[in-house]
Amino acid sequence: MYAKDGEKYFIVDAHIALWDARPENQRNIHGKQFIDCFYDYHRNLSPESELWSYEEYLYQGGERLMKDLFTDGYVDHAIFQPAHLGEFYYRGFGQTDEASALAAAHPDKLTYNHHFDPRNGESGLDQLRADAERFNLKGVKLYTAEWHGESRGYKLDDPWAHRYLEACQELGIRNIHVHKGPTIRPLDRDAFDVADIDHVASDYTDLNFVVEHCGLPRLEDFCWIATQEPNVHAGLAVAMPFIHTRPKYFAQIMGELLYWVGEDRIQFSSDYALWTPRWLVEAFVDFQIPDDLGEYPAITTEQKKKILGLNAAKMYDIAVPAELQLRAADETAVGPRGADKAAEAADQLVGA
Amino acid sequence: MTRYDDAYAALGTVIDPELDEPITDLGFVRSLVISGGDVEVHLRLPTSFCAPNFAYLMASDAKDALTKLDWTERVVVELDDHHDSDIINAGLATDAGYRGTFGQEADSDLDDLRLTFQRKAHTAAMERCLTQLLRSDPNRPEASLGQVRLHDLPDNPITNALLRRRAVLGLSLVPQSVVMVDHHGRGYVPDDVPVGLRRARSTRISIDGNAHFCRGLLSTRYPAESSAALRDPTFVPLATLTIPD
Repeated sequence: MYAKDGEKYFIVDAHIALWDARPENQRNIHGKQFIDCFYDYHRNLSPESELWSYEEYLYQGGERLMKDLFTDGYVDHAIFQPAHLGEFYYRGFGQTDEASALAAAHPDKLTYNHHFDPRNGESGLDQLRADAERFNLKGVKLYTAEWHGESRGYKLDDPWAHRYLEACQELGIRNIHVHKGPTIRPLDRDAFDVADIDHVASDYTDLNFVVEHCGLPRLEDFCWIATQEPNVHAGLAVAMPFIHTRPKYFAQIMGELLYWVGEDRIQFSSDYALWTPRWLVEAFVDFQIPDDLGEYPAITTEQKKKILGLNAAKMYDIAVPAELQLRAADETAVGPRGADKAAEAADQLVGA
Repeated sequence: MTRYDDAYAALGTVIDPELDEPITDLGFVRSLVISGGDVEVHLRLPTSFCAPNFAYLMASDAKDALTKLDWTERVVVELDDHHDSDIINAGLATDAGYRGTFGQEADSDLDDLRLTFQRKAHTAAMERCLTQLLRSDPNRPEASLGQVRLHDLPDNPITNALLRRRAVLGLSLVPQSVVMVDHHGRGYVPDDVPVGLRRARSTRISIDGNAHFCRGLLSTRYPAESSAALRDPTFVPLATLTIPD
């Protein structure tokens, strides 16, 4: 819980990890390249006071995670969204046993989501069923650029992915967090393209699709599909820290998301341990659209409360004190039901 | 013009398709060494995990641009520090082409990918021109922007950038042509202009934001080697239109 100026904010950090990128877990050079890439993100976008050493960054452990999130970070509840990266790390990048044990020890504070890979075929489906029972899964995190033998990526509308999404329906796994990466087969296509999410969101209307990084680097395509699919949500992983280094760009991202997607479908996250939540929560509560970006209305306190926690709490049935709850807003002007005509008109613009 | 300048200018024609900027401006040219007719170029990118298809496009475009110069004999282009450096460099060394380079991961070619981003670049350039007009005359009704012609635009770099991108897509450059068109050259009825413009704006914000992030990451990754372009204080892409400082 964060309180400022007489307002209370219930905080859900909707995308966290407990990773191990230490050299002894690196399977090959790509394990190092991957964590180095994350560390450059961290160094490039963090305030100086929040910078970690490279050694701290390689592995944090559960104790430090609990302190960073719940003692120091104002977080009421956090959700693990692990990336497997089995081709890069011997024991995987996200630490399944350690994270799920931590969640089991603190069920009021932590939710453990797991991952699946549709390229594992039938045996992967069996594994998904076992995992759903073992972890009592409400959600999964999918990294579509995961390497897998000769394949370096898949799309959510691949035939096998459909089988897995059908299994999610059966198993009560309602929340599908999707993270787009740089590779996909074939390489002819734009790997960051979000069109496959559009297709499956139409096909599985009882599932929620949370697009991490709010579709960045394809913000515009993401916003457009979210106007048409009411079950598509924006996760703010990686977008949040722009609030410090690039506040006007952050304002434009928020302005676009609020306009196209609306205040009820945006979820805060620190993307821990890429960044820590404390400074992000403080900065977001203080944040306002700059005056010289007159095309966007000011962000309201209610909108901030929803984004910082209430939206994800609703999706995950996390109990929120009655006095902090808020009612849903009206649909955006370009929302799913009113967008058809606009879609016809504007679809020509970007084409592709 | 020295051969170095000539080669550097050739590299300046190579565009990052995703960011719609020359690789020389983005600081992606790590080194350029000329020895007689031999040219060796090293490219670098903001992360090891930049998309390999775009990395290949830029590296092979760079090799093509240098090979086309009438004095070059042996041209070597290498991509450094990328997860696919070995694959891409081997493909470039043997002129294997896209399919020869990526084997089973390549279905046909990268033409559609390139076209997608040429269209986005046009959309963003068009939005910059129209928003510029709107800013200079805030009383102008937004819906009227669908009637603006090329000859109504001021003669400045923003307009020139739009003309270049129209030329790439084969759109009309006749002064009487309508500015706000899709990639087929079709215009908008007044009712559709505001949402169309709004959508074009999200494309422009996306491209500008990515470019800014990529530059930042590049300077974090290669702090000691930052090129002149990265330190250029006049470069403020996000501020060009929406954020007059």
